Amino acid sequence: MKKYGIDPSKGLEFGIYTLGDHLPNPLTGERISAEQRVHELIEYAKLADQAGLDFFSVGESHQDYFVTQAHSVVLSAIAQATNNIKIGSSSTIISTSDPVRVYEDFSTIDLISKGRAEIIAGRASRVGLFELLGYDLRDYEELFEEKFELLMKINEEEVVNWSGEYRASLRNARVIPRPQKGFIPIWRAVGGTPASAIKAGYAGAPMFMAHLGGPASVFKRTIDAYREAAKTRGFDPAELPVATAGFFYAAETSQQALKDMYPHINEGMKKTNGAGFPKQHFAQGIDPHNIMNVGSPQQIIEKILYQHELFGHQRYIAQIDFGGVPFERLMKNIEIIGNEILPAIKKYTKKAEA
Amino acid sequence: MKIVALSGSKVGSKTRTAMNYTVQKMSDKYPDVEVTLLDLADYEIQFSDGRNYLEYEGDTGYVTKTLMEADAIIIGTPIFQASIPATLKNIFDLLPQNAFRDKVVSILVTAGSAKHYLIAEQQLKPILAYMKAQIVQTYVFIEEADFYRKEITNHDVLFRIERLVEDTIVLMETFTEIREKKEAEYDF
Repeated sequence: MKKYGIDPSKGLEFGIYTLGDHLPNPLTGERISAEQRVHELIEYAKLADQAGLDFFSVGESHQDYFVTQAHSVVLSAIAQATNNIKIGSSSTIISTSDPVRVYEDFSTIDLISKGRAEIIAGRASRVGLFELLGYDLRDYEELFEEKFELLMKINEEEVVNWSGEYRASLRNARVIPRPQKGFIPIWRAVGGTPASAIKAGYAGAPMFMAHLGGPASVFKRTIDAYREAAKTRGFDPAELPVATAGFFYAAETSQQALKDMYPHINEGMKKTNGAGFPKQHFAQGIDPHNIMNVGSPQQIIEKILYQHELFGHQRYIAQIDFGGVPFERLMKNIEIIGNEILPAIKKYTKKAEA
Repeated sequence: MKIVALSGSKVGSKTRTAMNYTVQKMSDKYPDVEVTLLDLADYEIQFSDGRNYLEYEGDTGYVTKTLMEADAIIIGTPIFQASIPATLKNIFDLLPQNAFRDKVVSILVTAGSAKHYLIAEQQLKPILAYMKAQIVQTYVFIEEADFYRKEITNHDVLFRIERLVEDTIVLMETFTEIREKKEAEYDF
């Protein structure tokens, strides 16, 4: 765990992630400018830092209704604007990028932030970028596996010798600058199914598991499959951190939370995925056994502690801003997390003996 | 309310003939309903390559988006090699897993033999159920002998099509009303 900058004795880490979506607020029908959205994201990271949260990450999506295509550029601004919070990508689409350039970018972000950068590498759930960037969708899996391996290799070795199918060979190539501690935590983004979790386990990489809704117990199977797969390849699961990431919204009552959040999720998903979020499923989101962390602060604390008991994970990452949520609401949520949720979670998940 | 009549094959004329009659009945009986006929013979549709339907362009994008915007879909299909045509299956493959959630889907089948009667029951309905459709359980099955020179000559078939049109509308209206009531109860 230490290798990845995680100290379990301090309790469950709490983070924020944004996909960098740029959607209209469904209640007003209006969309803020791209300039304003980018600045609000930086401001959002500053608030999370000030509230004592552990992690903040920004995603990469190359399609309409998104604004952080150049997510590493946004992250470098966040690196400059924050002091203590760890920062990362959620996720970097390594399949359609050059791992050398990605590593150069993130080790530079690591130097700007004085050792706070992390990479979460994903395969893309929205695949429009393959055409935009000149890749063949049929190579979806191989592109990811090959480039992820190269990224991991660059992280372990400063001088790289490598050859593969989708990039020119590297002979005694020095990839610099090196990050502050000589190593960046590199996670593998997983969409919640055991099949993709197993591959992360085989690679011996920390797993960043994104999820929508549903019973937490279903996702436990994914996490178990990941740890089991890691073990079969000789990795010690106790050394591999797991993060879960999904919808979060706190309000005075669970009913108010549902009311505040639903239109943003439903209308936003219609625009980005082509289908809304069924109300019936969303209503189940406040159940204590549902993995979606929507409700009153006390209900959310109980949910996260239940999930922690079930998963034994090291980090939870909340997505609050999807679908044009007004900035005051994000501020309010950060305030609730910082004042109520974070202290309770740390208190109950800290390991005294360590 | 938007209804799409989907004629599922590029081969022959019987399914299209039956769908033309269905669409005409629908427009006559329910002039307020917006009906669009999509005959796959009129479009160049690519095979599904796994992307989200929003990302297809041209005919493929038009057909998938039109289907996704529908409140109800009437599928007309012939039977080929004891199954549904590949053109129709490809449409299902192009759409998301839960594409028919909150949609009513009804079925009309044309076939060369009465021995194909249960194919819609055993092969098409399971796909529609998997994709979360509210299925009109009774479908119209039309045989070769019911057609003569691009017209349906069997009055029993004409009556059954009329009932299929009514059942589609009744189920769509009922289901929409019940769902809206249920959603209002959630109060969010």
